[in-house]
Amino acid sequence: MNATASFEIPTLAQLLDPSFHLMKAIELWHQLPDIVPIFLTGVVLFGMVAVMGQAAAVVMVLMERKVLSWFTQRKGPNRVGPGGMFQTIADGVKLLTKEDIMTPVMDKFLFTLAPAIFLFPVFALYAIVPFSESLIGVSLPLGLLVLFALSSISVIGLVLAGWASNNKYSLLGGMRSAAQAISYEVPLILSVIGVVLFTGSGNLKTIIEAQSGGVLHWYGIMLTPLSFLLFYVASIAEVNRVPFDLPEAESELVSGYNTEYSGMKFATFFLAEYAGLFVLSALTVALFFGGYTSPFGGTFMQNYGVADAIVQAVKLPAIKPLLVNGEQIFWMLSKTYIFIYIAMLLRGTLPRLKPDQLMGFCWKFLIPLSLINLFMLGFAKQFSLSFLADGFAGSWVYLALAALVGIGGVGGFCHFIDRQFKAQVAARYHA
Amino acid sequence: MMSVKELNPELQSNLPGVSIEAGFDTNDLVVNIGPQHPSTHGVLRLVTTLNGEVVKEMEPVIGYLHRSKEKMGESRSLFQYQPTIDRVEYLSSFYDHLVFVNCIEQIADIPVPKRVEYIRVICLELNRITSHLLWFGTFLLDLGASTPFFWCFRDREEVFTIFENLTGARMMYNYFRFGGVNNDLPAGWLEEVRAFCNHFPDRLDEYEAVATKNPILMDRTKGHGIMTKEFCLKYGVTGPALRATGEALDLRKTNPYSVYNELDFDVPTHTGCDTYARYLVRVQEMRESIKIIKQCIDKIPGGDGGALAILKKEVEAKTKEAKKNPEIVVPHWDKDWDTMGKKINLLTYKPPAGEASNFVESPRGVLGCYIITDGTPKAYRIKWRGASFSNLSALPELMKGHMYSDLMAIFGSLDVIMPEVDR
Repeated sequence: MNATASFEIPTLAQLLDPSFHLMKAIELWHQLPDIVPIFLTGVVLFGMVAVMGQAAAVVMVLMERKVLSWFTQRKGPNRVGPGGMFQTIADGVKLLTKEDIMTPVMDKFLFTLAPAIFLFPVFALYAIVPFSESLIGVSLPLGLLVLFALSSISVIGLVLAGWASNNKYSLLGGMRSAAQAISYEVPLILSVIGVVLFTGSGNLKTIIEAQSGGVLHWYGIMLTPLSFLLFYVASIAEVNRVPFDLPEAESELVSGYNTEYSGMKFATFFLAEYAGLFVLSALTVALFFGGYTSPFGGTFMQNYGVADAIVQAVKLPAIKPLLVNGEQIFWMLSKTYIFIYIAMLLRGTLPRLKPDQLMGFCWKFLIPLSLINLFMLGFAKQFSLSFLADGFAGSWVYLALAALVGIGGVGGFCHFIDRQFKAQVAARYHA
Repeated sequence: MMSVKELNPELQSNLPGVSIEAGFDTNDLVVNIGPQHPSTHGVLRLVTTLNGEVVKEMEPVIGYLHRSKEKMGESRSLFQYQPTIDRVEYLSSFYDHLVFVNCIEQIADIPVPKRVEYIRVICLELNRITSHLLWFGTFLLDLGASTPFFWCFRDREEVFTIFENLTGARMMYNYFRFGGVNNDLPAGWLEEVRAFCNHFPDRLDEYEAVATKNPILMDRTKGHGIMTKEFCLKYGVTGPALRATGEALDLRKTNPYSVYNELDFDVPTHTGCDTYARYLVRVQEMRESIKIIKQCIDKIPGGDGGALAILKKEVEAKTKEAKKNPEIVVPHWDKDWDTMGKKINLLTYKPPAGEASNFVESPRGVLGCYIITDGTPKAYRIKWRGASFSNLSALPELMKGHMYSDLMAIFGSLDVIMPEVDR
């Protein structure tokens, strides 16, 4: 039976019905050879990642400038477009057309390669972020492993940029960023292991589904709040933001590793930093705040039959997944932007740490604390397995234990560090 | 592709490298901080030798902002020289004027009315606030906190508007004259100042809420940049930096000039000797300045400028009439209410030959001026003593063994301003 034989001339009523065209398109899609959908999916995925990464960065740059201006009694960008909406685009055009300066003492090849190495893993991370049930690039069984594998690559870009610039400030910035990224990777991973422990999976989608019961089932609130705090602090450090922005400390290193960069190469660093903040905020949401599910559990579209009602009203059964996914994307993005907003507030509030404080904070405080936390979670998992059937009651057991041992541990560490610090001060006074 | 070494072998020597013969060998890194650097507060160059991130040696190179301020005074008349004094230390230029004007007043023995002294003190203390505000903002900016910088500039602009209403300029005032001030207070000016004094302490509380108890700030400043009293005296460090060692040397109290002995205020001191102590002393000084200004507004002879100006016109008119008709009663006019102690034609003014030196407590420390006059309109010799110069000279020894990141905190806490160093 060939294709032309099954072809029927559609009636006028069918032609006017949009769902008929949709069904036809889906039929056609299934008739194509296998390689075409795979290829097209790849292209669409790449486009999605590129566009979403860039769009998020563009929105976030404007948002950051606006938020900081509210913080500092200013109006912020308000010239280009309504309310300064197109400021970032204008800046992008400016950076694209700017002269690309390279001094003769640079290692030109590495200098050009560095921004790409920095940008690539950040954009690749978009592939594993589940924005909704269906809008996810690749749903890997070990998505978390990919996250850590990729996020540790970008530091190579920074070190290369610092080295290839042949500028002392850049070099110091590059070295600082290497030390920082490697150190903070440890608490970042240790804090996530707790989640994996309870979910039994490294797949982000599974992790989200496990928290789909609403606010009380979110890991960040009921089960592992300490893990969430550790993860968030470490992720802020991973993306080099205040108070951990030492690699580009303006008042010390002029601009750190990107001092010598100009034009689009500089813009690439800039873009990658914001894209990185977006991805890590999105992952915070996915791991600890129910991802794309609503705070009341599931989605409104499914829970209260909203989607069915709309489908019946417009008589288009094909749009039901669109509605559900749309709501999920809405929840995901809103939650993500809340965390981005918090990062911006931090930038407006806090001074910068010193390198030795930064390392001390990580190795003397965050890592021991995350080990304690991990131990607590393991303890809770092992000894209160029966309570944890519904994922909620057991969390109280954990919370009580964490309150006892965790806070005691934190207090002990704080005391220890304080005593160390006082001893240092005393030594300086007597010297 | 050419490597760095092929292009410029000399460059390689400054980069830390691994030499195979001597095992893991690291060279010191010589970094030229400045003259163009975001946090050297002007054009200071610090040739710093770093071992990793630890400062081994530091050598400040100055002179990028040298404008021959002293020589300029010898080549033009006092009247022509006066506007350029503002630029000696542009963040607190009232102080430069005060020292200069006081010297000529000493040489020529010009009386200064009480009202003028009070106006001067109000201006000086407001200027101390603007100067400390700028320091507060930039100090925290150097530590990485960007928000207080904008907040401080908002308040600083408010004071500048007050100054503009009085002198016509926002930063370069050229307001003090020999034995007086250029013009009397405009009507309602004292109320503007009072309104500022009333709301400013609340704002300061807000700023302190963001910064003072911040653990990161405290970690970065407490116990760093220790300057003992002996150390300060060795280098001639004065001002808040000296007072942060517990030594209450404030010329306003120890050698009262102007009307400071009639005012009730404290000299904030701290015994911490570190960067944090200097921070606390400066913030406290802003509060004390507000206290002084409030007293001045209450005590100023003649009160607000508006009513006084009307009275003055009436007195002048009646005095003229009284010469013809002795029956007319001239209203009471106190000598203290004048804004000039002696009528001087500045264009042709020749101070008598003599010499005088004067020192005042500027926001950065002891600011001094030494003038020799020879009976011509020009000064024979003018010498400035800026507090920043002495304070900066202490930096290399202070920085030894500290982290590179401490540089900005410690250097910022000295509140050095380059035009005063180079002059």
